[in-house]
Amino acid sequence: MARDGGVSCLRSSETMRVGIGGMESPPLDLDDVHVLAVDDSLVDRIVIERLLRITSCKVTAVDSGWRALEFLGLDNEKASAELDRLKVDLIITDYCMPGMTGYELLKKIKESSSFRQVPVVIMSSENVLTRIDRCLEEGAEDFLLKPVKLADVKRLRSSLTRDVKLSNANKRKLPEDSVPVNTSLPPPPSPFTISPDSSDSSPPSTISPESSDSSPPLSPVEIFSSPLSSLLDDEDDDVLPSSPESSPAPEESPVRRQKMGSPGLD
Amino acid sequence: MELAQMQKSLQDYTKSLFLEGVLDSQFLQLQQLQDESNPDFVSQVVTLFFQDSDRILNDLSLSLDQQVVDFKKVDPHVHQLKGSSSSIGAQRVKNACVVFRSFCEQQNVEACHRCLQQVKQEYYLVKNRLETLFKLEQQIVASGGMIPAMELGF
Repeated sequence: MARDGGVSCLRSSETMRVGIGGMESPPLDLDDVHVLAVDDSLVDRIVIERLLRITSCKVTAVDSGWRALEFLGLDNEKASAELDRLKVDLIITDYCMPGMTGYELLKKIKESSSFRQVPVVIMSSENVLTRIDRCLEEGAEDFLLKPVKLADVKRLRSSLTRDVKLSNANKRKLPEDSVPVNTSLPPPPSPFTISPDSSDSSPPSTISPESSDSSPPLSPVEIFSSPLSSLLDDEDDDVLPSSPESSPAPEESPVRRQKMGSPGLD
Repeated sequence: MELAQMQKSLQDYTKSLFLEGVLDSQFLQLQQLQDESNPDFVSQVVTLFFQDSDRILNDLSLSLDQQVVDFKKVDPHVHQLKGSSSSIGAQRVKNACVVFRSFCEQQNVEACHRCLQQVKQEYYLVKNRLETLFKLEQQIVASGGMIPAMELGF
């Protein structure tokens, strides 16, 4: 992977540098966290992409496990020289997707030599402990209950930055040093974070459209998925596991299990 | 109408949607993601939700009208609608989908028909309310005003 200079070569060559609202693009791509987001739901893709961008991540959003593998160059056996340049710091994927589930995608990533060290986070609307355990056992970094909140993504982001600091011997600057980021992060969570379904874990007292979250320079976004035609689901008869798992009863609190590799967190 | 009055109306209206349970805190999460660089984020996402949902509800109606209902087709649609409604904070739609899915599991066609009606009802309700909300916002912006911050004190 290109660590010491040059633009991180993302698979899509149409990297657009768009000046948004007067914000300048960051001078170096190196310090940017690049996230690959995978979700078959367009609404969820837009939301997760925004959540990630507002926390200073570059995002590539795709609509299926297959496209994710394609993006990573894992869809065929031959190793590509381009892969050396592909910089992915986090993969965040929905669990329930037609065709290839997030769990299956997780396994494939962990089986690959190029990407097994990349943290994979699973998102699911269903709070099923067996599912969570299975994903964590397979090497998932974290399991987020949908709908994903800003606090969840901020937490992820901060742990990523810490991992980068710890694992990188070279002079990679921390994003916090160079870029004004909203630093009102929630306190380090305990290993099992219980948060009730309908409230935020870090409730602000006022919400305004012009909140302080707007400061971070916004990075370009590459939407890898095909346009709205992907909405036309001809994949209905594909396997969405018709599982015996049921949605949580209202009185159950979702449990966000964490298995964060970063020592600083626990 | 005076700007201050419009802003108060908007606040009261939004508040009522939360009190009625039509919207939940996830909608506030979306509002947090809106700023000067993305001033229309919420309405954009909600519009996508409407388009998505219209399609899903249509597919659901067709699927349930079949002679032999294929629940393997019905359930994923409801799951999808549950997910997207949850993501934008359309609480009552989401809850109606949860009930719907349990009847899908039981393969109870009649109950599913009722569920579909319920889901549609809740959906049209939230659609109507949100369209009104966005209109109020547009009026404020058109009058040169700012959208007031949503206080969570209620």
